[in-house]
Amino acid sequence: MKTICINCPLGCPIEVTESGGKILVRGNTCKRGHDYGVTEYLRPVRTVTTLVTREDGAVVSVKTSAPVPKDSIFELQRHIKTLRVPLAVKRGDTVERNALGLGADIVVTGVPPVAR
Amino acid sequence: MTDFDVVVIGGGPAGMAAALAADAEGARTLIVERDNRLGGILNQCIHAGFGLHYFGEELTGPEYAGRFVERVEKSRAQVALESMVLSLTDDRKVTYLSPEKGLVRINAGAVVLAMGCRERTAGAIALAGTRPAGVYTAGAAQRLCNIEGYLVGKRVVILGSGDIGLIMARRMTLEGAKVARVIELMPYSSGLKRNIVQCLDDFGIPINYAHTVTRIEGSPRMTGLYYAPVDERRRPVMSEEKYEPCDCLLLSVGLIPENDLLAGTEVERDGVTSGAVVDERRMTSVEGIFSCGNVLHVHDLVDNVSREAETAGRHAALYALGESETALHCYDARGERGVRYVLPQKLHADSGKVELFFRVDNVYRSCRIVAESGGRTLYSGRRLVLAPGEMEKIVVDTTGLDAPVTVRLEL
Ligand SMILES: Cc1cc2nc3c(=O)[nH]c(=O)nc-3n(C[C@H](O)[C@H](O)[C@H](O)COP(=O)(O)OP(=O)(O)OC[C@H]3O[C@@H](n4cnc5c(N)ncnc54)[C@H](O)[C@@H]3O)c2cc1C
Ligand code: SF4
Repeated sequence: MKTICINCPLGCPIEVTESGGKILVRGNTCKRGHDYGVTEYLRPVRTVTTLVTREDGAVVSVKTSAPVPKDSIFELQRHIKTLRVPLAVKRGDTVERNALGLGADIVVTGVPPVAR
Repeated sequence: MTDFDVVVIGGGPAGMAAALAADAEGARTLIVERDNRLGGILNQCIHAGFGLHYFGEELTGPEYAGRFVERVEKSRAQVALESMVLSLTDDRKVTYLSPEKGLVRINAGAVVLAMGCRERTAGAIALAGTRPAGVYTAGAAQRLCNIEGYLVGKRVVILGSGDIGLIMARRMTLEGAKVARVIELMPYSSGLKRNIVQCLDDFGIPINYAHTVTRIEGSPRMTGLYYAPVDERRRPVMSEEKYEPCDCLLLSVGLIPENDLLAGTEVERDGVTSGAVVDERRMTSVEGIFSCGNVLHVHDLVDNVSREAETAGRHAALYALGESETALHCYDARGERGVRYVLPQKLHADSGKVELFFRVDNVYRSCRIVAESGGRTLYSGRRLVLAPGEMEKIVVDTTGLDAPVTVRLEL
């Protein structure tokens, strides 16, 4: 697998291969690049940020409280789209625990003012 | 008689940090913000990637803004929302339009400019073809999507690989649109590498470097566009023009500091940054007028915006309270070979250790940054890589400074 390490501006092009149960990382300049390569190879994860709809129709921004597997992003996004939050929702509130059993909560990051 | 010691124009991250710093010095402070809430551009940047340096953790834009809003609410600083500043004079008379009070004129002891920046538009980059519906700046599309809840297209092409465009590529993909490709004029991206990887590569979105959009087609809604590679002089090679069907084009072709308010003042401008020329306190060429954040120069990290604004806010307060002291001697700081600009552009002698921010004009690998003044080396340090998309910083000591400072690259 080929990717680019994103841990510093150098952006080393790294290549990860597996042979005999061992994971080999090439192209990295430092250890952080090695660790990044291994995680990206074994189980790439991402924090998902998106929107949910509030009762009044306004959109409220949310995030996953922890990174979730990359290949579950679209399924999670479709699920989050179905959620509704009340007018009183505040930054930091949990909309749903352990969404889709992925081990992360859906947490509110920002709310627009309620129209007067 | 002044109405406020410090008036901060703009309530984004820069304005809030400046106001908090001014308030901490005991200055009577007012923030004037045209939107219906504080937070600026951060309210629409719902992605994560803010605050790693300032708060030591990765936050989304609204969360980063939210933390500052809470601090502002707890401070003595006053806030005027839905209030647009219309004019500013050299003697610091600020006029703004407020929904409750109408036209308001106030005298400020010091003014901090924190109006942020706006995006270059299709007009600003002289795009050929018709002007159908479906062409947006990436930031406008971001606002429509993340604040208003509208998706602006189903099949999207993005011109320019600035961070906003890259972030919107991911955002629109998540919301169900197809992002056909990103087209970048330069042979490299002006966005952060992490955004290339996490917003394009993650979703298999191709990017064409050294290409440009040549024509837009469709009426009243766009139906597609033509794009072509460019030669060394960045002229499109028309014989290699290709067609891409799409109903939406997002422009992510750069930001311009929103400095229209300076028209009524003598504030000196920097031709490269489009912002004001400032000294290490972030004071402009007009006494008592300070500038910080994206209105001063375009930042890629909000953490740097907050820090810079704290400097501006603190010095604005000291100035207004009559406690500002600097050496008489002030020298230019300039970029040479490879360095497009240096900020601050003016340095007072004996103002301690000062951070110099700059951007390079190309991608450089394994080079040395050298800062000199009157034959004296103030800084010399190696970097493995430098790119125009990432702002660089060095620290120089201004003790005994007696000549202009230059910053350059040695390959
Ligand atoms: C899409 C995008 C993605 C980004 N991603 C990241 C990231 O991942 N990580 C990171 O660290 N940084 C990121 N940044 C950069 C960071 O968000 C900005 O540098 C920062 O928000 C700039 O702050 P500011 O206060 O200078 O400007 P702004 O946030 O633009 O605030 C300016 C404020 O001034 C107000 N204003 C302007 N004119 C007037 C007037 N005449 N009267 C009254 N009010 C006025 C505006 O309404 C606005 O609220 C991103 C920026 C953008 C645009
Ligand atoms: S491998 Fe190390 S040096 Fe290379 S990009 Fe990653 S963190 Fe930077």
